Amino acid sequence: MTVEQIVSEGKDQFPIGMRVLAVDDDPTCLLLLGTLLRRCQYHVTTTSQAKTALKMLRENKNKFDLVISDVHMPDMDGFKLLEHVGLEMDLPVIMLSANGDTKLVMKGITHGACDYLLKPVRIEELQNIWQHVVRRKKKDRCNSGSKDKPHPDSGEAAGIGNVDNNGKLNKKRKDQNEDEDDERDENGHDNEDPSAQKKPRVVWSVELHRKFVAAVNQLGIDKAVPKKILELMNVEKLTRENVASHLQKFRLYLKRISCVANQQANMAAALGTADSAYLRMGSLNGLGNFHTLAGSDQLHNAAFRSFPPSGVLGRLNTPAGLGIRGLPSPGTIQLGHVQNSGNPTNDLSKLQSFVPGNHNTNILQGMPMSLELDRLQHNKNVGHIGELPTTDSMTVFPGSGNLVDARITGFSNNQLLGVTSNSLMLEGSSQQATSHTSVSAIGFQNGNALSDFTSIAPASNQLQDSKAGSQGQASPINCNAGQIIRSAPQEWNAPRKDAPYQSHASINSSIPINGAMIQLGQCLDRNNSIFHRTTDLDSVGPLNFVDPLSIKHSEGDNSIMEPSVIEKEGYLMFQPRPHGSHVPDNIGSLEDLASAMMKQEGGCNGYSLRTSI
Amino acid sequence: MDVVNQLQRQFIDYSASLHREGFLDDQFTQLQKLQDDNSPDFVVEVASLFFEDCEKLINNMARALEQQQGVDFRQVDASVHQLKGSSSSIGAMRVKDVCVAFRSFCEAQNREGCLRCLQQVTHEYSLLKNKLQTLFRLQQQILAAGGSIPVVE
Repeated sequence: MTVEQIVSEGKDQFPIGMRVLAVDDDPTCLLLLGTLLRRCQYHVTTTSQAKTALKMLRENKNKFDLVISDVHMPDMDGFKLLEHVGLEMDLPVIMLSANGDTKLVMKGITHGACDYLLKPVRIEELQNIWQHVVRRKKKDRCNSGSKDKPHPDSGEAAGIGNVDNNGKLNKKRKDQNEDEDDERDENGHDNEDPSAQKKPRVVWSVELHRKFVAAVNQLGIDKAVPKKILELMNVEKLTRENVASHLQKFRLYLKRISCVANQQANMAAALGTADSAYLRMGSLNGLGNFHTLAGSDQLHNAAFRSFPPSGVLGRLNTPAGLGIRGLPSPGTIQLGHVQNSGNPTNDLSKLQSFVPGNHNTNILQGMPMSLELDRLQHNKNVGHIGELPTTDSMTVFPGSGNLVDARITGFSNNQLLGVTSNSLMLEGSSQQATSHTSVSAIGFQNGNALSDFTSIAPASNQLQDSKAGSQGQASPINCNAGQIIRSAPQEWNAPRKDAPYQSHASINSSIPINGAMIQLGQCLDRNNSIFHRTTDLDSVGPLNFVDPLSIKHSEGDNSIMEPSVIEKEGYLMFQPRPHGSHVPDNIGSLEDLASAMMKQEGGCNGYSLRTSI
Repeated sequence: MDVVNQLQRQFIDYSASLHREGFLDDQFTQLQKLQDDNSPDFVVEVASLFFEDCEKLINNMARALEQQQGVDFRQVDASVHQLKGSSSSIGAMRVKDVCVAFRSFCEAQNREGCLRCLQQVTHEYSLLKNKLQTLFRLQQQILAAGGSIPVVE
């Protein structure tokens, strides 16, 4: 049956009569396997000797469609058999073992197995193994088609093309546990559309690549030199140069895979512990949160998105230090925002609006924000409040996000960090949430947002109500923030690049407004306790601080930092702090706040500090 | 008919008890389902093979563990691994469980532990063998009396 037939007629008939060679040294298992396969209506040949199996395969390459082999065999290792079959016959091989260790499975995959089954094998699993045959045939057709004919049948070409493309993709995912993709992977990365095969370049088909990999494995990746590989592969019309370039790509690929793996591992580790790293917040108690944040990056991002003004948050990432000072508390609003969407960029916009001048708030917020901002600055250039590199913020924030509390988790954006911290603070001081929101509202108003403040303020109220949870709160905040930000965005966006903006931005970024915001919301519930409470403010301060800052940032306008605006608002939030420019002060104060907060409240304070930092 | 029914009931009860006591698990039921007119003695065949295999492996393990000079734990482990595979394939749950413990002793190169496990494996294997032989006898009786083997879920 040709592939076309199989494909066109559906798989109904093909699996029947598929010729399977089963190899297992355990007679009990072999008998069972054979019976199961026969029950699936395959044509089965069994042997307990791997060598016999190879002999049978070599006698007539077309005698079998599929090979199933045990891993542990006395006369030959199952993986070796796998390699041989792959190299010489290009048949799909399924590994079978009582041992399902990940390492073993991985080994199977890298050696070219198209599947790995665990004993005791069930009939359900065997009923679908024919798919591997079809897949391989398709690929082969594709490859041969591309080689032989410039234009394979359109239908097949399309299919093949897909396969190839998939293969390419798969190749990138080679290390992932996708046995089936393994074949495709090999085929993938150099394959182009089959119809383009006319070119003289060598097409690394699945089969070819498999041979290549087998040869490399045999030689050892260190000792694999093109000449030897070529010899082992024994493919005519293949030159040493072809092999050499392929080897180079292969090596890069491997490196990439391992790097990614390492990075991920590192990231995970870092996130968990790298609060400081991310947030410099010093007292980022949020570390714990950080973890959450890290984990909830997506959430954050999502959260952010929900907040229209996320832009502001983005800002925060940018020169946090700068921004913080000027950042109005709106950041808080944004924080909520930020939290949600974790997307710094989004957040930024939000933040922007929030950043309005709560100078005071900024101060407080700025503190943490400044800290964050600093960090953020590293991450992103201030210039783009709106554009805060989400990624940067992400990293930054994630930490902060954690701080903020799970609520803020949305912060994953770096931007959030600023915010989140705030939010954390807010949360902690949920009581003050109300005030916070109002403050934040102010914060956002970088000047522009003044009007927004009002709108924000009410929003904050909403936030209070929402208390639902960071997310919930964030959302209200978002709404507010959104409003605020919306008004602000223009300004926000424009000046973003400006230095002053940056400062704002930094605030924004630093102000995990999200956090703050969210907290605000939460705090709001309480009653502005967060903001208002002087003492709390200290602890909260950072949060508040962040908020406004972030808000301010978003505004981009230097006006964001309108101290006046902020001050008014900021005061609400940070009573103890003179709003305004103290960015530096703020920062310092932030730290103080942070520490103060830390002491005050484990949860909330910690957060704020963290965030602020 | 009465006799058949009685035998069948006995068969069902006995089967259930084996499952309950952990001698057999779901895999054995799957095996029974595989038995059909084309392979009417499938289960008995598989079980016989298993017993043979088991004895061989147990002997291997005993020999390896007896080595005074130094036990080749890898060899023991290989045998245990195979026994684990075949016991799980046939549904011999208790035997398989002992194998699992056995393997960790092998990894730890704990000779005492291994010997103990070997003893346990031998014990479980004989128990199972007896029980299955009883079950098969019941089956034969049913068939001889003209009845059919009830399917035990």
